[in-house]
Amino acid sequence: MRSRLSRFGLWLWVWAVLFFLFAPIVTIILFGFDKSNVETWPIQHWTTHWYSVAWNDPQVRSAFVLSIKAAVVATALALLLGSLAAFGVHKARFFGRDSISLLLILPLALPGVITGVALNSAFQWAGITLSIWTIIIGHTTFCIVVIYNNVIARLRRTSNTLLEASADLGANTVQTFRLVTFPTIATALVSGALLAFALSFDEVIVTTFTAGAQNTLPIWIFGAIRLGQQLPEVNVVVTMVVILMFIPILIAARLTGTENFAPRVAAAPKSD
Amino acid sequence: MTTSVDSETKRGGLRALHASALARSRWRTAFLLSPPLMWFLVIYLSSLILMLVTSFWSVNDFTQQIDHHLTGANFAQITSGAYVTIIWRTFLLAALVTLTDAIVAFPFAYVMARVATQRTQRILLGAVLLPLWASYLAKVYAWISILEKGGALNWTFSKLGLPDPNLGFTNGAMWIAFCYIWLPYMIVPIYGSLERIPSSLLDASADLGGSAWSTFRRVILPLALPGLIAGSIFTFSLTLGDYVTPLLIGGSNSTLIGNAIYENLLTGGNLPLAAALSTVPIVIMIVYLAIAKRLGAFEAL
Repeated sequence: MRSRLSRFGLWLWVWAVLFFLFAPIVTIILFGFDKSNVETWPIQHWTTHWYSVAWNDPQVRSAFVLSIKAAVVATALALLLGSLAAFGVHKARFFGRDSISLLLILPLALPGVITGVALNSAFQWAGITLSIWTIIIGHTTFCIVVIYNNVIARLRRTSNTLLEASADLGANTVQTFRLVTFPTIATALVSGALLAFALSFDEVIVTTFTAGAQNTLPIWIFGAIRLGQQLPEVNVVVTMVVILMFIPILIAARLTGTENFAPRVAAAPKSD
Repeated sequence: MTTSVDSETKRGGLRALHASALARSRWRTAFLLSPPLMWFLVIYLSSLILMLVTSFWSVNDFTQQIDHHLTGANFAQITSGAYVTIIWRTFLLAALVTLTDAIVAFPFAYVMARVATQRTQRILLGAVLLPLWASYLAKVYAWISILEKGGALNWTFSKLGLPDPNLGFTNGAMWIAFCYIWLPYMIVPIYGSLERIPSSLLDASADLGGSAWSTFRRVILPLALPGLIAGSIFTFSLTLGDYVTPLLIGGSNSTLIGNAIYENLLTGGNLPLAAALSTVPIVIMIVYLAIAKRLGAFEAL
């Protein structure tokens, strides 16, 4: 009797948390279709007008393009550097091996404002003008660990016998990589890249300190909310960002499961 | 005789082969690791060090240029007056958010790990990870819409015949938004540690006459501690440095360390003071990690 009651209580809690997790997201999507300039709940009249306003806003468009460009380049750089790090750390036994994982996670574990101020002071000191490239440098730094986590998890699960079989059958290192290693880690790479892209596409805290005059989409949203301007448009734009992030996330989940899905949490020290 | 010589040479040869393979693997490791490590060394770590050095510089009042003479003035400034209040407020809020998230997350993670069927478990995990990956700004903005005067919360309260809570643009709003944004970061690691507890331990506790409560307190909670600590590191650290949420959803008394850094750097043009303020979250996190380590939080990981 008592355990049935506590079980009921636990499930009630689960439903309450689920409501808490999803109600705000649903609210924001609904407000995108609110006809009124001033948000009031419940929504009285519905429209898709703000979607066409946002679509035709040149500022939103250029911010969107800049965000995509920065995210694509940062993801590509992170793919290269993150997988090199994973291959280097995997199987190697050397002093400080565990500190490498710790070092890579640092930009995500420390508050973003620290990475932002650190990079900003370095750019100022070196006389580097803030541009899309300084944004990319910041984003790459915190995206590397996402790729690293995905690739190293896959490498750990890949059996060594496959590589040995390939070598026994006379394949050289390059052939083994091309025909055995690469196909086994391919989905991990794609999944990691999608997560890194989403992380970069949404980032605002580091970006504020590394962007010059140009706006990424999150910086445009941040500014618009702060100034209280174009708020109906903000609803539409954030809805689009949510959807644009969900698409790569869902594809990544299909490809590799959700094991490395919380990039901050997944990198907490693990013994293996 | 000959056989022993043979095996000698063979062993020597093997050793040489082994040594060369080892050397090759060392070169391979160095070759693979140097680009990412160089990136972190040149771009990230050197920037962090430069930031620490910058915190001992100052800004010349007349020229607005950075004066490279070392001074402790920035630290004297942030350890007195208004900045102490800001640091204290940030610390308390981060602690409160961490505590709230731990309490909200634990039963949820417990159901995920130990009560739900495998299918439900997967669905619940997805239900936690989707909001985690929803846009950060969308989440903050959603809470502005819900908590402001014409929002859904006031509406619900008035329908229930209760007075308007009017939480928009207060410290309370900031607390709710932070708890919401970081909640998945708390659920996932607690779930991970609860899932790893072998059922036999719980059976043993029950067989030995432990009540549900004492099993929870003496078996489940200690084994879930590493997950709790891992989650708290993120809820705590991310709240400590945030300036976007307080700026957007907080009120006039909601200035946090992050805001002080943001304003000094981007509007005040005082990079050295911003750098000095940035060391505060780092120091707090180092102390926090040291305490967590002391409590044995990392041993069971």
